[in-house]
Amino acid sequence: MTDRKAFIYGINGPVVTVKNTDSFEMMEMVHVGKQKLVGEIIGITDDITTIQVYEETTGLKPGDPVEGTGAPMNVLLGPGIIDNIFDGIERPLKAIEEEAGAFINRGSTVSALDDKKLWNVTMKVKFGDKLEGGQIYATLPETPIIEHRLMVPPELSGEVVKVMPDGEYKLFDTVVVIKDDEGVEHNLTLCQKWPIRTSRPVKERLTSSVPLITGQRVIDTLFPIAKGGTAAIPGGFGTGKTMTQHQLAKWCDADIIIYVGCGERGNEMSQVLEEFSELIDPKSQRPMTDRTVLIANTSNMPVAAREASIYTGITLGEYYRDMGYHVAMMADSTSRWAEALREISGRLEEMPAEEGFPAYLPSRLAEFYERGGRAEVLSGGEGSVTLIGAVSPQGSDFSEPVTQNTKRFTRCFWALDKGLAYARHYPAINWMDSYSEYFNDLDPWFKENLGEDFIEYRNRISALLQEESSLMEIVKLIGSDVLPDDQKLVIETARVIRVGFLQQNAFHADDTYVPLEKQKLMMKTILHLYEKSKDIVAKNIPLSKILNLGLFDKLTKMKYDIPNSKPEMFDDYIKEIDEKLAAIS
Amino acid sequence: MIIDYVGVKEINGSLIVMDGVKGVSNEEIVDIRLDNGTMRQGRVVQIEGERIVVQVFEGTRRISLKNTRTRLTGHPMEMPLSPEIIGRVLDGAGKPIDGLGDIFPVKKANINGTPINPVSRVYPKNYINTGISTIDTLMTLIRGQKLPIFSGSGMKHNDLAVQIVRQAKISGANNSNFGVVFAAMGVQKDVAEYFRKSFEESGVLSRVVMLLNLSNDPIIERTLTPRCALTIAEYLAFELDMHILVIMTDMTSYAEALREFSSSKGEIPGRKGYPGYLYSDLASLYERAGMIKGHNGSVTQIPILTMPNDDITHPIPDLTGYITEGQIVLDRSLQGQGLYPPVSVLPSLSRLMKDGIGEGYTRADHQPLANQLFASYAKVIDARSLASVIGEEELSPTDKKYIEFGRLFESKFVNQGFNENRSIEQSLDLGWELLSTLPRAELDRVDDALLDQYYKGND
Repeated sequence: MTDRKAFIYGINGPVVTVKNTDSFEMMEMVHVGKQKLVGEIIGITDDITTIQVYEETTGLKPGDPVEGTGAPMNVLLGPGIIDNIFDGIERPLKAIEEEAGAFINRGSTVSALDDKKLWNVTMKVKFGDKLEGGQIYATLPETPIIEHRLMVPPELSGEVVKVMPDGEYKLFDTVVVIKDDEGVEHNLTLCQKWPIRTSRPVKERLTSSVPLITGQRVIDTLFPIAKGGTAAIPGGFGTGKTMTQHQLAKWCDADIIIYVGCGERGNEMSQVLEEFSELIDPKSQRPMTDRTVLIANTSNMPVAAREASIYTGITLGEYYRDMGYHVAMMADSTSRWAEALREISGRLEEMPAEEGFPAYLPSRLAEFYERGGRAEVLSGGEGSVTLIGAVSPQGSDFSEPVTQNTKRFTRCFWALDKGLAYARHYPAINWMDSYSEYFNDLDPWFKENLGEDFIEYRNRISALLQEESSLMEIVKLIGSDVLPDDQKLVIETARVIRVGFLQQNAFHADDTYVPLEKQKLMMKTILHLYEKSKDIVAKNIPLSKILNLGLFDKLTKMKYDIPNSKPEMFDDYIKEIDEKLAAIS
Repeated sequence: MIIDYVGVKEINGSLIVMDGVKGVSNEEIVDIRLDNGTMRQGRVVQIEGERIVVQVFEGTRRISLKNTRTRLTGHPMEMPLSPEIIGRVLDGAGKPIDGLGDIFPVKKANINGTPINPVSRVYPKNYINTGISTIDTLMTLIRGQKLPIFSGSGMKHNDLAVQIVRQAKISGANNSNFGVVFAAMGVQKDVAEYFRKSFEESGVLSRVVMLLNLSNDPIIERTLTPRCALTIAEYLAFELDMHILVIMTDMTSYAEALREFSSSKGEIPGRKGYPGYLYSDLASLYERAGMIKGHNGSVTQIPILTMPNDDITHPIPDLTGYITEGQIVLDRSLQGQGLYPPVSVLPSLSRLMKDGIGEGYTRADHQPLANQLFASYAKVIDARSLASVIGEEELSPTDKKYIEFGRLFESKFVNQGFNENRSIEQSLDLGWELLSTLPRAELDRVDDALLDQYYKGND
């Protein structure tokens, strides 16, 4: 370990090899070539050391220097992360634009976080305090709604021997000094580093018992996800994965959103940037960007950085979780990440498993999703990271390895359906193929906050949809005319549920986010109409008479006609149903 | 000091392996001179100490272990650029073949380009009026978008592309700042000629840069063609502030060339033998569309690809669809019925449409109308499949109306003359006219105010 320098021997795409050196460690971060491109050690033999380079390797030469940094691939954690946009290895894209213009150049040395900005720091410890790893020693307002809490790095502990007064400090200024048991002094600044492939420790992992409320009816009622839960959104192209992810990022009730655009479209990221800065969060009345971090590694940016972007995202998420926040991370899309794994594995000439993916794909997926969860954090409070990963199955075939393996490690599965998307039924979440395993964990919360009947309504709604689906099998063969009226009524009601309830218009001011209370009342009204009509049909009054009243059409449009702020209007609807139906029976 | 390396060590497909080469850099271009005096070019694709692998663009025919002298040029593949490139015809590697001499370069640019910083992108919002009802109304093309045409052999994708070029009206563009870059990859001579003639007839030929790699041209050169084309397009758009439409045909041939190169290099294949990096490779092309802050120009791409066996789940259309912002899918059965353009409406999509239409761009009723047309046409398909089981006679009255609506939709709305240029108002009004044949209660995607204004049916 004396000489930390070596020289390039071979180059193959993003994979660079170095010969006859023993100075590097596995997963160590290195600088490659004269431009100091960022790379990571991914293989060591006594002869050849293999490096994966995170940037274009055009122009590298054998004999160019490779320098070790002595640490694994890590990210800088500190104030300035929120409202920022990074590439897959935490390089700030705004700062790079200022430095290099519209096209990304290589070997950029811009610091991940702004090291010149002054932060208004309030100290939370005093001289002589004993500090444990993860404990909060100071706070500062990062954005108007997010208080950034500075924590002792998890592996450190000791006694405070120096505290600076409250005031304005820069990122790398020392504000607290602690002395550990062996008498070594450690300077604590406003930031710390953490290796991206290692999960940050917590005190205790908790089970998930609170739902992540998204305001999307099909998710909140039929397939809810818990705070700290994991979900997969598989769907072929054009089925609305990205749209669904955007809706969740905009409206879910997490404190912090980390949106990872992993191998996706550049224009889409510019849309996110534009929309999020214009959108106002209804709770805080502040722009969405005040709680959002974007990681953009578009499909034409280097493939190795795409592989890292997921880990960078989750590490940032865990950092904010440790402060006691509820974080939701959207990864769009994990298939691109898996393909990056495959690409690099191919360059290393590893033996492929299914469809050319490396054999370690399932374990990598498991590792990633396992980093989500709700936990009691080291600083004492409670925090969570919810993971929502989009999956882009090849050829829309859900039996391919990435979808199948993701299914094993996530507990919510929101399957997007081509047929629904073609009919422009959005969100195109198929209610027959999707599932959520969080019902049992979340039911107590729903009972407590929305009453016993919420769960009952939900069960009846999904039973009606089930029944419709089996009736449709018959209709497809012989047409709907031959069905008896009570079964036709099921089909009509299910149509109201599909069009009026499950379908949700993301561009409509009221319909884009619907509070749980309104969701419940909508279900109640639909079921009320169904039950009353069923009684009438039982009296042998023809269904067409009921349909002519226009009640079913009216309920299809109630999502637009009843504003979110006027739940009392549902009473009028129920009254109208009762009166009109009474008139014909 | 310039060193010539004599001979090669191994030849395999389009690759040659050389030993004892010093000072070579990754992706560097080499000049290869055969003993009969012909020159070829190659690119360094792999380095292992002093052993290098070179991909020869023109192929390795006639190369033996001894008859070559190879020289390193010291730079990666670069494209000479200047404003006078407009109106020229180049080969697949960007060299002029129109007999008008070399291009005097104002600057040179690496053909691989560099990724656009997502922060610097402008989110595209201005729509391009193509005068084709299905495209304008249901999958609006937006300036700075990449919208491929998914077609099959023998279908009318070329006519459609030509019609788009002829009729495209971009707001803010005029004759002096509108241009077309046309890249032909592995297409027949007649197809290239057809495009040339059509450009000439519509009077845009002087604003077209053509890159031709025909089906009998070297396959490896084909992997360079789109890169050269996009380098030219980026130069024209972001340095000369022009609005550039890039047409690339046929992406399937491109991907096959890539597969050939990959397998001769001995790489581990992914799906259907295509290399595992096909997605990243295609993305490095498609992502070069867009607009950038501070520049007035734009690059809009219309790649054309023929789906092998009309299979949309084949890796090439599949991966393309994941990268591009939508797709225009052509359908063989529509073409069989004599309809032109045979656009299959339901699987077609434009992702950027939602923000580029409506009030201030097209018309306030555009989005709801489009949603309703999609939803109603989806029901037509259901009704048809039911009719094929129980017969049309047995259908419910509503379903019969849907069948009729479907017929009218295809023959009036989808079907359109090759020279017919419909304004957006015409197309939208036509859409309402067709929807008016359905009962009003069936139109559940449109709110009542719009129906009051536009619905003309008697129900």
